[in-house]
Amino acid sequence: MKASRRYFLKVAGLSTFAMAAGAAKADAAYEGYSEGLKAKRWAMVIDTRRFQKPEDMLPIIEACHKVHNVPSIKGPKEIKWIWDDTFEHAFANDPNPMLPEDVEERRFFLLCNHCTNPSCVRVCPPGATYKTEGGLVAIDYHRCVGCRFCMAACPYGSRSFNFKDPRPFVKEINPAYPTRMRGVVEKCTFCAERLEKGLMPACVEASNGAIMFGDLNDPNSIVRRVLAKNFSMRRKPDLGTDPGVYYII
Amino acid sequence: MYNAKFVIPGAIIFVGLFTAPFWTNVFSAKHEAVKLELPQKPVTFFGEERTQCIEPREWMAANHMEMLIEWRDKALRENKRIYVATDGRKWETSLQNTCMACHTNKAEFCDKCHTANSVSPYCWDCHVEPQGNK
Ligand code: HEC
Ligand code: HEC
Ligand code: HEC
Repeated sequence: MKASRRYFLKVAGLSTFAMAAGAAKADAAYEGYSEGLKAKRWAMVIDTRRFQKPEDMLPIIEACHKVHNVPSIKGPKEIKWIWDDTFEHAFANDPNPMLPEDVEERRFFLLCNHCTNPSCVRVCPPGATYKTEGGLVAIDYHRCVGCRFCMAACPYGSRSFNFKDPRPFVKEINPAYPTRMRGVVEKCTFCAERLEKGLMPACVEASNGAIMFGDLNDPNSIVRRVLAKNFSMRRKPDLGTDPGVYYII
Repeated sequence: MYNAKFVIPGAIIFVGLFTAPFWTNVFSAKHEAVKLELPQKPVTFFGEERTQCIEPREWMAANHMEMLIEWRDKALRENKRIYVATDGRKWETSLQNTCMACHTNKAEFCDKCHTANSVSPYCWDCHVEPQGNK
Protein backbone atom coordinates (compact mmCIF):
# COMPACT_ATOMS: atom_id res chain seq x y z
CA MET A 1 0.00 0.00 0.00
CA LYS A 2 2.67 2.42 1.08
CA ALA A 3 4.92 1.66 -1.88
CA SER A 4 2.12 2.06 -4.40
CA ARG A 5 1.08 5.42 -2.98
CA ARG A 6 4.64 6.60 -3.30
CA TYR A 7 4.75 5.37 -6.85
CA PHE A 8 1.50 7.16 -7.64
CA LEU A 9 2.78 10.43 -6.24
CA LYS A 10 6.00 10.13 -8.20
CA VAL A 11 4.21 9.53 -11.48
CA ALA A 12 1.69 12.29 -10.79
CA GLY A 13 4.46 14.74 -9.95
CA LEU A 14 6.53 13.86 -12.96
CA SER A 15 3.63 14.05 -15.38
CA THR A 16 2.54 17.45 -14.05
CA PHE A 17 6.08 18.65 -14.54
CA ALA A 18 6.26 17.22 -18.05
CA MET A 19 2.94 18.85 -18.95
CA ALA A 20 4.01 22.22 -17.60
CA ALA A 21 7.32 22.06 -19.45
CA GLY A 22 5.88 20.91 -22.74
CA ALA A 23 2.73 23.05 -22.66
CA ALA A 24 2.10 24.42 -26.13
CA LYS A 25 4.80 27.04 -26.47
CA ALA A 26 5.80 28.25 -29.88
CA ASP A 27 9.48 28.01 -30.56
CA ALA A 28 9.82 31.80 -30.47
CA ALA A 29 12.04 34.39 -28.83
CA TYR A 30 11.87 37.96 -27.59
CA GLU A 31 14.29 40.82 -28.05
CA GLY A 32 14.55 44.57 -27.56
CA TYR A 33 14.74 47.17 -30.34
CA SER A 34 18.35 47.61 -31.43
CA GLU A 35 17.81 51.39 -31.60
CA GLY A 36 16.45 51.43 -28.00
CA LEU A 37 18.08 53.90 -25.61
CA LYS A 38 19.77 52.37 -22.58
CA ALA A 39 20.91 53.82 -19.26
CA LYS A 40 21.82 52.70 -15.77
CA ARG A 41 19.89 55.55 -14.20
CA TRP A 42 17.69 57.83 -16.31
CA ALA A 43 17.40 61.38 -14.98
CA MET A 44 15.86 64.65 -16.08
CA VAL A 45 17.18 68.20 -15.77
CA ILE A 46 14.72 71.07 -16.14
CA ASP A 47 16.18 74.49 -16.85
CA THR A 48 13.48 76.45 -15.02
CA ARG A 49 14.96 79.79 -16.14
CA ARG A 50 13.48 79.13 -19.51
CA PHE A 51 9.93 78.70 -18.26
CA GLN A 52 8.54 81.91 -16.81
CA LYS A 53 4.88 81.85 -17.76
CA PRO A 54 2.19 79.14 -17.98
CA GLU A 55 2.08 79.80 -21.75
CA ASP A 56 5.65 78.48 -22.05
CA MET A 57 4.64 75.27 -20.37
CA LEU A 58 1.32 74.46 -21.97
CA PRO A 59 2.67 73.03 -25.26
CA ILE A 60 4.91 70.64 -23.32
CA ILE A 61 2.12 69.47 -21.03
CA GLU A 62 -0.07 68.98 -24.08
CA ALA A 63 2.61 67.02 -25.94
CA CYS A 64 2.79 64.57 -23.03
CA HIS A 65 -0.91 64.29 -22.40
CA LYS A 66 -1.69 63.85 -26.07
CA VAL A 67 0.57 60.85 -26.76
CA HIS A 68 -0.52 59.12 -23.57
CA ASN A 69 -4.27 59.77 -23.81
CA VAL A 70 -4.36 61.63 -20.50
CA PRO A 71 -7.88 62.97 -19.92
CA SER A 72 -8.48 66.64 -19.07
CA ILE A 73 -10.82 66.64 -16.08
CA LYS A 74 -11.28 69.82 -14.03
CA GLY A 75 -11.39 69.88 -10.23
CA PRO A 76 -10.35 67.41 -7.56
CA LYS A 77 -10.68 64.38 -9.85
CA GLU A 78 -8.03 65.81 -12.14
CA ILE A 79 -5.55 63.45 -13.85
CA LYS A 80 -2.06 64.76 -14.54
CA TRP A 81 1.25 63.32 -15.65
CA ILE A 82 3.11 66.62 -15.85
CA TRP A 83 1.85 69.94 -14.49
CA ASP A 84 3.16 73.23 -13.10
CA ASP A 85 3.17 75.04 -9.78
CA THR A 86 4.96 77.78 -7.79
CA PHE A 87 8.34 77.58 -6.03
CA GLU A 88 6.62 77.53 -2.67
CA HIS A 89 4.54 74.50 -3.56
CA ALA A 90 7.24 72.66 -5.50
CA PHE A 91 9.91 73.04 -2.84
CA ALA A 92 7.72 73.07 0.25
CA ASN A 93 10.59 71.98 2.50
CA ASP A 94 12.48 75.15 1.66
CA PRO A 95 10.17 78.09 2.51
CA ASN A 96 12.00 81.27 1.71
CA PRO A 97 10.29 84.65 2.08
CA MET A 98 13.27 86.42 0.50
CA LEU A 99 13.21 84.83 -2.95
CA PRO A 100 14.16 87.04 -5.88
CA GLU A 101 11.09 88.24 -7.71
CA ASP A 102 11.63 86.26 -10.89
CA VAL A 103 11.94 82.99 -8.95
CA GLU A 104 8.90 83.78 -6.84
CA GLU A 105 6.80 84.33 -9.95
CA ARG A 106 8.30 81.46 -11.92
CA ARG A 107 6.36 78.25 -12.58
CA PHE A 108 7.98 74.83 -12.10
CA PHE A 109 7.23 71.61 -13.92
CA LEU A 110 6.16 68.84 -11.59
CA LEU A 111 6.08 65.18 -12.53
CA CYS A 112 6.99 61.76 -11.18
CA ASN A 113 10.56 61.93 -9.85
CA HIS A 114 11.37 58.29 -10.64
CA CYS A 115 13.10 57.99 -7.27
CA THR A 116 15.93 55.59 -6.59
CA ASN A 117 14.15 54.59 -3.38
CA PRO A 118 10.50 54.91 -4.38
CA SER A 119 8.07 54.71 -1.49
CA CYS A 120 5.24 53.87 -3.89
CA VAL A 121 6.96 50.64 -4.97
CA ARG A 122 7.37 49.51 -1.38
CA VAL A 123 3.70 49.84 -0.52
CA CYS A 124 2.07 48.46 -3.68
CA PRO A 125 0.31 45.23 -2.57
CA PRO A 126 0.04 43.46 -5.97
CA GLY A 127 3.49 44.58 -7.16
CA ALA A 128 1.92 46.63 -9.95
CA THR A 129 4.42 49.44 -9.44
CA TYR A 130 8.03 48.42 -9.92
CA LYS A 131 11.45 49.70 -10.86
CA THR A 132 12.86 48.91 -14.29
CA GLU A 133 16.47 48.31 -15.26
CA GLY A 134 16.97 51.93 -16.30
CA GLY A 135 15.77 53.18 -12.92
CA LEU A 136 12.28 54.16 -14.04
CA VAL A 137 9.32 53.72 -11.74
CA ALA A 138 6.77 51.95 -13.91
CA ILE A 139 3.15 50.93 -13.40
CA ASP A 140 1.78 47.69 -14.78
CA TYR A 141 -1.82 48.86 -15.20
CA HIS A 142 -2.92 45.28 -15.72
CA ARG A 143 -2.09 44.51 -12.11
CA CYS A 144 -3.29 47.74 -10.46
CA VAL A 145 -6.17 47.10 -8.07
CA GLY A 146 -6.82 50.77 -7.32
CA CYS A 147 -6.03 50.65 -3.58
CA ARG A 148 -4.27 54.05 -3.79
CA PHE A 149 -1.59 53.15 -1.22
CA CYS A 150 0.97 54.49 -3.68
CA MET A 151 -0.78 57.84 -3.77
CA ALA A 152 -0.61 58.06 -0.01
CA ALA A 153 3.05 57.03 -0.08
CA CYS A 154 4.22 59.42 -2.82
CA PRO A 155 5.56 62.63 -1.25
CA TYR A 156 5.29 64.51 -4.56
CA GLY A 157 1.62 64.01 -5.42
CA SER A 158 2.69 62.53 -8.73
CA ARG A 159 -0.07 59.97 -8.99
CA SER A 160 -3.67 60.42 -10.08
CA PHE A 161 -6.59 58.08 -9.56
CA ASN A 162 -9.23 57.43 -12.21
CA PHE A 163 -12.46 58.11 -10.34
CA LYS A 164 -14.43 57.66 -13.54
CA ASP A 165 -14.02 56.35 -17.06
CA PRO A 166 -11.40 58.66 -18.59
CA ARG A 167 -12.31 58.04 -22.25
CA PRO A 168 -14.98 60.76 -22.63
CA PHE A 169 -12.44 63.32 -21.37
CA VAL A 170 -9.69 62.51 -23.88
CA LYS A 171 -10.08 65.06 -26.66
CA GLU A 172 -8.39 63.07 -29.41
CA ILE A 173 -7.48 59.46 -28.70
CA ASN A 174 -4.02 58.39 -29.87
CA PRO A 175 -4.78 54.97 -31.36
CA ALA A 176 -1.21 53.73 -30.80
CA TYR A 177 -1.38 53.94 -26.99
CA PRO A 178 -3.94 52.59 -24.50
CA THR A 179 -6.09 54.75 -22.24
CA ARG A 180 -6.66 53.75 -18.64
CA MET A 181 -9.93 52.71 -17.04
CA ARG A 182 -11.94 53.58 -13.94
CA GLY A 183 -10.24 52.34 -10.78
CA VAL A 184 -6.55 52.44 -11.68
CA VAL A 185 -3.80 54.88 -10.69
CA GLU A 186 -1.64 56.51 -13.36
CA LYS A 187 1.38 58.78 -13.68
CA CYS A 188 4.34 59.83 -15.82
CA THR A 189 6.35 56.89 -17.17
CA PHE A 190 9.43 58.83 -18.41
CA CYS A 191 8.09 57.55 -21.76
CA ALA A 192 9.43 54.01 -21.33
CA GLU A 193 7.65 52.96 -24.53
CA ARG A 194 9.44 55.71 -26.51
CA LEU A 195 12.90 55.13 -25.00
CA GLU A 196 12.67 51.50 -25.99
CA LYS A 197 12.17 52.55 -29.60
CA GLY A 198 15.01 55.05 -29.54
CA LEU A 199 12.94 58.20 -28.97
CA MET A 200 13.39 60.83 -26.26
CA PRO A 201 10.46 61.48 -23.90
CA ALA A 202 7.68 63.59 -25.41
CA CYS A 203 8.23 66.55 -23.03
CA VAL A 204 11.97 66.61 -23.78
CA GLU A 205 11.27 66.60 -27.49
CA ALA A 206 8.77 69.47 -27.19
CA SER A 207 10.95 71.64 -24.93
CA ASN A 208 13.53 73.04 -27.39
CA GLY A 209 16.36 71.90 -25.16
CA ALA A 210 15.02 73.37 -21.93
CA ILE A 211 14.39 69.89 -20.54
CA MET A 212 17.32 67.49 -20.73
CA PHE A 213 17.33 63.76 -20.30
CA GLY A 214 20.13 61.23 -19.98
CA ASP A 215 22.06 58.73 -17.95
CA LEU A 216 23.08 60.01 -14.53
CA ASN A 217 25.73 57.28 -14.27
CA ASP A 218 27.48 58.36 -17.45
CA PRO A 219 29.82 61.34 -16.82
CA ASN A 220 29.60 62.33 -20.49
CA SER A 221 25.81 62.41 -20.68
CA ILE A 222 24.06 65.72 -21.22
CA VAL A 223 22.52 65.67 -17.76
CA ARG A 224 25.86 65.21 -16.05
CA ARG A 225 27.51 67.93 -18.11
CA VAL A 226 24.70 70.40 -17.40
CA LEU A 227 24.55 69.55 -13.70
CA ALA A 228 28.32 70.02 -13.39
CA LYS A 229 28.04 73.62 -14.58
CA ASN A 230 24.79 74.80 -12.98
CA PHE A 231 23.35 74.93 -9.49
CA SER A 232 20.40 72.58 -9.23
CA MET A 233 17.81 71.50 -6.67
CA ARG A 234 15.61 68.48 -6.21
CA ARG A 235 12.23 68.21 -4.54
CA LYS A 236 12.27 67.06 -0.88
CA PRO A 237 15.66 65.31 -1.01
CA ASP A 238 15.64 65.13 2.80
CA LEU A 239 13.09 62.30 2.62
CA GLY A 240 15.76 59.98 1.24
CA THR A 241 13.89 58.99 -1.91
CA ASP A 242 16.75 60.20 -4.15
CA PRO A 243 14.56 61.81 -6.83
CA GLY A 244 15.70 61.74 -10.46
CA VAL A 245 14.38 65.15 -11.57
CA TYR A 246 16.79 68.09 -11.16
CA TYR A 247 15.80 71.76 -11.33
CA ILE A 248 18.24 74.46 -12.43
CA ILE A 249 17.08 77.57 -10.63
CA MET B 1 -32.92 -6.88 -2.70
CA TYR B 2 -35.34 -4.93 -0.52
CA ASN B 3 -37.79 -2.94 -2.76
CA ALA B 4 -35.84 -3.90 -5.89
CA LYS B 5 -38.74 -3.12 -8.25
CA PHE B 6 -38.55 0.54 -7.27
CA VAL B 7 -34.83 0.99 -6.68
CA ILE B 8 -33.54 -0.46 -9.98
CA PRO B 9 -35.83 1.53 -12.36
CA GLY B 10 -35.22 4.58 -10.17
CA ALA B 11 -31.47 4.17 -10.49
CA ILE B 12 -31.76 3.73 -14.27
CA ILE B 13 -33.88 6.88 -14.64
CA PHE B 14 -31.43 8.81 -12.45
CA VAL B 15 -28.41 7.76 -14.52
CA GLY B 16 -30.29 8.61 -17.73
CA LEU B 17 -31.17 12.13 -16.53
CA PHE B 18 -27.73 12.71 -15.07
CA THR B 19 -26.01 11.95 -18.36
CA ALA B 20 -28.64 13.76 -20.49
CA PRO B 21 -26.28 16.55 -21.62
CA PHE B 22 -23.99 13.98 -23.21
CA TRP B 23 -26.84 12.28 -25.04
CA THR B 24 -28.28 15.51 -26.42
CA ASN B 25 -24.81 16.49 -27.58
CA VAL B 26 -24.20 13.16 -29.31
CA PHE B 27 -27.54 13.12 -31.15
CA SER B 28 -27.92 16.82 -31.95
CA ALA B 29 -26.76 18.55 -35.15
CA LYS B 30 -23.05 18.85 -35.74
CA HIS B 31 -21.17 21.68 -34.01
CA GLU B 32 -20.81 24.62 -36.36
CA ALA B 33 -17.71 26.81 -36.42
CA VAL B 34 -18.31 30.59 -36.29
CA LYS B 35 -17.79 32.50 -39.53
CA LEU B 36 -14.99 34.99 -39.03
CA GLU B 37 -14.04 38.08 -41.02
CA LEU B 38 -10.37 37.54 -41.86
CA PRO B 39 -8.06 40.39 -42.80
CA GLN B 40 -7.58 40.77 -46.55
CA LYS B 41 -5.25 43.71 -47.11
CA PRO B 42 -1.52 43.40 -46.42
CA VAL B 43 -0.15 45.61 -43.65
CA THR B 44 3.44 46.87 -43.36
CA PHE B 45 5.46 45.66 -40.36
CA PHE B 46 9.20 46.29 -40.06
CA GLY B 47 9.26 47.55 -43.64
CA GLU B 48 7.66 44.42 -45.07
CA GLU B 49 4.13 43.83 -46.35
CA ARG B 50 2.49 40.93 -44.55
CA THR B 51 -0.84 39.17 -44.69
CA GLN B 52 -0.27 35.97 -42.71
CA CYS B 53 -0.92 35.77 -39.01
CA ILE B 54 1.96 35.71 -36.55
CA GLU B 55 1.95 31.97 -36.05
CA PRO B 56 0.02 29.22 -37.91
CA ARG B 57 -3.74 29.51 -37.75
CA GLU B 58 -4.51 26.54 -35.48
CA TRP B 59 -1.79 27.55 -33.07
CA MET B 60 -3.14 31.12 -32.93
CA ALA B 61 -6.70 29.95 -32.30
CA ALA B 62 -5.54 27.76 -29.42
CA ASN B 63 -2.82 29.94 -27.88
CA HIS B 64 -3.37 33.63 -28.67
CA MET B 65 -4.57 34.38 -25.12
CA GLU B 66 -1.41 33.07 -23.52
CA MET B 67 0.75 34.69 -26.15
CA LEU B 68 -0.81 38.11 -25.48
CA ILE B 69 -0.23 37.77 -21.75
CA GLU B 70 3.38 36.80 -22.41
CA TRP B 71 3.79 39.76 -24.79
CA ARG B 72 2.44 42.06 -22.11
CA ASP B 73 4.84 40.80 -19.44
CA LYS B 74 7.85 40.82 -21.75
CA ALA B 75 7.12 44.36 -22.93
CA LEU B 76 6.39 45.88 -19.54
CA ARG B 77 8.61 43.89 -17.19
CA GLU B 78 11.62 42.98 -19.35
CA ASN B 79 11.73 45.82 -21.90
CA LYS B 80 11.52 43.30 -24.73
CA ARG B 81 9.13 44.66 -27.30
CA ILE B 82 9.99 42.46 -30.29
CA TYR B 83 8.63 38.96 -30.76
CA VAL B 84 10.55 36.71 -33.15
CA ALA B 85 8.04 34.19 -34.47
CA THR B 86 8.81 30.55 -35.23
CA ASP B 87 9.33 31.47 -38.89
CA GLY B 88 11.83 34.20 -37.97
CA ARG B 89 9.61 37.22 -38.73
CA LYS B 90 9.74 40.03 -36.18
CA TRP B 91 6.68 41.64 -34.61
CA GLU B 92 6.15 44.44 -32.13
CA THR B 93 4.63 42.92 -28.98
CA SER B 94 1.64 45.21 -29.10
CA LEU B 95 -2.05 44.44 -28.98
CA GLN B 96 -3.13 47.68 -30.64
CA ASN B 97 -0.27 48.17 -33.09
CA THR B 98 0.15 44.57 -34.23
CA CYS B 99 -2.92 42.35 -33.82
CA MET B 100 -5.45 45.08 -34.46
CA ALA B 101 -3.54 46.58 -37.39
CA CYS B 102 -4.53 43.47 -39.36
CA HIS B 103 -7.65 42.36 -37.52
CA THR B 104 -9.31 45.75 -37.98
CA ASN B 105 -12.79 44.30 -37.87
CA LYS B 106 -12.80 43.41 -34.20
CA ALA B 107 -16.58 42.95 -34.03
CA GLU B 108 -16.62 40.29 -36.75
CA PHE B 109 -13.44 38.58 -35.61
CA CYS B 110 -12.37 38.66 -31.97
CA ASP B 111 -15.79 39.50 -30.57
CA LYS B 112 -17.66 36.98 -32.67
CA CYS B 113 -15.54 34.05 -31.62
CA HIS B 114 -15.42 35.22 -28.01
CA THR B 115 -19.20 35.57 -27.83
CA ALA B 116 -19.59 32.04 -29.20
CA ASN B 117 -17.19 30.81 -26.52
CA SER B 118 -18.59 33.03 -23.71
CA VAL B 119 -15.33 34.83 -23.04
CA SER B 120 -15.19 38.58 -22.63
CA PRO B 121 -11.63 39.89 -22.33
CA TYR B 122 -11.55 43.19 -20.44
CA CYS B 123 -8.65 44.54 -22.49
CA TRP B 124 -10.80 47.09 -24.36
CA ASP B 125 -11.52 49.09 -21.22
CA CYS B 126 -8.07 50.55 -21.86
CA HIS B 127 -6.73 49.33 -25.18
CA VAL B 128 -8.16 51.31 -28.08
CA GLU B 129 -10.27 49.42 -30.59
CA PRO B 130 -9.41 49.81 -34.28
CA GLN B 131 -11.44 52.29 -36.28
CA GLY B 132 -12.67 49.50 -38.58
CA ASN B 133 -15.42 48.90 -36.03
CA LYS B 134 -17.30 52.10 -36.65
C1 HEC C 1 -0.25 40.40 -40.74
C2 HEC C 1 -1.63 40.46 -40.31
C3 HEC C 1 -2.02 39.78 -39.00
C4 HEC C 1 -1.57 40.08 -37.73
C5 HEC C 1 -0.54 41.14 -37.33
C6 HEC C 1 -2.28 39.23 -36.83
N1 HEC C 1 -3.12 38.40 -37.53
FE1 HEC C 1 -4.28 36.93 -36.75
N2 HEC C 1 -4.74 36.28 -38.60
C7 HEC C 1 -4.40 36.92 -39.77
C8 HEC C 1 -4.90 36.12 -40.89
C9 HEC C 1 -4.76 36.49 -42.36
C10 HEC C 1 -5.54 34.99 -40.31
C11 HEC C 1 -6.19 33.83 -41.06
C12 HEC C 1 -5.30 32.62 -41.03
C13 HEC C 1 -4.00 32.82 -41.77
O1 HEC C 1 -4.02 33.08 -42.96
O2 HEC C 1 -2.94 32.75 -41.12
C14 HEC C 1 -5.42 35.12 -38.88
C15 HEC C 1 -5.92 34.20 -37.95
C16 HEC C 1 -6.00 34.43 -36.59
C17 HEC C 1 -6.68 33.57 -35.64
C18 HEC C 1 -7.36 32.25 -35.93
C19 HEC C 1 -8.74 32.44 -36.44
C20 HEC C 1 -9.41 31.15 -36.76
O3 HEC C 1 -10.12 31.15 -37.76
O4 HEC C 1 -9.24 30.17 -36.04
C21 HEC C 1 -6.58 34.18 -34.41
C22 HEC C 1 -7.15 33.69 -33.11
C23 HEC C 1 -5.81 35.38 -34.60
N3 HEC C 1 -5.48 35.50 -35.92
C24 HEC C 1 -5.48 36.25 -33.59
C25 HEC C 1 -4.49 37.22 -33.71
C26 HEC C 1 -3.89 37.91 -32.60
C27 HEC C 1 -4.30 37.73 -31.14
C28 HEC C 1 -2.93 38.72 -33.10
C29 HEC C 1 -1.94 39.59 -32.32
C30 HEC C 1 -1.13 38.90 -31.38
C31 HEC C 1 -2.95 38.57 -34.56
N4 HEC C 1 -3.90 37.64 -34.88
C32 HEC C 1 -2.14 39.27 -35.43
C33 HEC C 1 -3.67 38.09 -39.90
C34 HEC C 1 -2.98 38.71 -38.86
C1 HEC D 1 -11.23 31.18 -33.09
C2 HEC D 1 -11.89 31.86 -32.00
C3 HEC D 1 -11.18 33.11 -31.42
C4 HEC D 1 -10.79 34.23 -32.09
C5 HEC D 1 -10.92 34.52 -33.58
C6 HEC D 1 -10.22 35.11 -31.11
N1 HEC D 1 -10.28 34.52 -29.87
FE1 HEC D 1 -9.51 35.30 -28.15
N2 HEC D 1 -10.16 33.67 -27.12
C7 HEC D 1 -10.81 32.58 -27.66
C8 HEC D 1 -11.15 31.64 -26.60
C9 HEC D 1 -11.87 30.32 -26.78
C10 HEC D 1 -10.67 32.21 -25.39
C11 HEC D 1 -10.79 31.66 -23.96
C12 HEC D 1 -9.64 30.79 -23.62
C13 HEC D 1 -9.63 30.39 -22.17
O1 HEC D 1 -10.47 30.84 -21.39
O2 HEC D 1 -8.74 29.60 -21.85
C14 HEC D 1 -10.04 33.47 -25.76
C15 HEC D 1 -9.42 34.30 -24.86
C16 HEC D 1 -8.82 35.50 -25.19
C17 HEC D 1 -8.13 36.34 -24.26
C18 HEC D 1 -7.93 36.07 -22.77
C19 HEC D 1 -9.14 36.49 -22.02
C20 HEC D 1 -9.01 36.34 -20.54
O3 HEC D 1 -9.87 36.90 -19.86
O4 HEC D 1 -8.08 35.68 -20.08
C21 HEC D 1 -7.69 37.43 -24.95
C22 HEC D 1 -6.90 38.60 -24.39
C23 HEC D 1 -8.10 37.27 -26.32
N3 HEC D 1 -8.79 36.08 -26.44
C24 HEC D 1 -7.83 38.18 -27.32
C25 HEC D 1 -8.24 38.04 -28.63
C26 HEC D 1 -8.06 39.03 -29.65
C27 HEC D 1 -7.41 40.39 -29.45
C28 HEC D 1 -8.61 38.54 -30.80
C29 HEC D 1 -8.72 39.21 -32.15
C30 HEC D 1 -7.48 39.68 -32.75
C31 HEC D 1 -9.11 37.22 -30.49
N4 HEC D 1 -8.88 36.96 -29.17
C32 HEC D 1 -9.70 36.37 -31.41
C33 HEC D 1 -11.12 32.40 -28.99
C34 HEC D 1 -10.86 33.30 -30.01
C1 HEC E 1 -6.21 49.28 -16.96
C2 HEC E 1 -5.96 49.48 -18.35
C3 HEC E 1 -5.54 48.26 -19.19
C4 HEC E 1 -6.21 47.05 -19.35
C5 HEC E 1 -7.55 46.65 -18.76
C6 HEC E 1 -5.40 46.25 -20.23
N1 HEC E 1 -4.28 46.95 -20.58
FE1 HEC E 1 -2.70 46.22 -21.67
N2 HEC E 1 -1.72 47.98 -21.38
C7 HEC E 1 -2.19 49.09 -20.72
C8 HEC E 1 -1.19 50.11 -20.73
C9 HEC E 1 -1.36 51.54 -20.15
C10 HEC E 1 -0.07 49.58 -21.39
C11 HEC E 1 1.29 50.25 -21.55
C12 HEC E 1 1.62 50.58 -22.95
C13 HEC E 1 3.08 50.79 -23.12
O1 HEC E 1 3.82 51.07 -22.17
O2 HEC E 1 3.48 50.67 -24.27
C14 HEC E 1 -0.44 48.24 -21.80
C15 HEC E 1 0.40 47.38 -22.52
C16 HEC E 1 0.03 46.14 -23.01
C17 HEC E 1 0.85 45.31 -23.89
C18 HEC E 1 2.24 45.61 -24.39
C19 HEC E 1 2.45 46.83 -25.19
C20 HEC E 1 1.37 47.31 -26.13
O3 HEC E 1 1.52 48.42 -26.66
O4 HEC E 1 0.38 46.61 -26.38
C21 HEC E 1 0.11 44.19 -24.17
C22 HEC E 1 0.51 43.02 -25.08
C23 HEC E 1 -1.15 44.31 -23.47
N3 HEC E 1 -1.16 45.50 -22.78
C24 HEC E 1 -2.16 43.36 -23.52
C25 HEC E 1 -3.33 43.46 -22.82
C26 HEC E 1 -4.34 42.42 -22.83
C27 HEC E 1 -4.25 41.12 -23.61
C28 HEC E 1 -5.35 42.86 -22.02
C29 HEC E 1 -6.65 42.14 -21.68
C30 HEC E 1 -6.52 40.80 -21.14
C31 HEC E 1 -4.97 44.17 -21.49
N4 HEC E 1 -3.73 44.50 -22.00
C32 HEC E 1 -5.73 44.96 -20.64
C33 HEC E 1 -3.42 49.22 -20.12
C34 HEC E 1 -4.34 48.19 -19.98
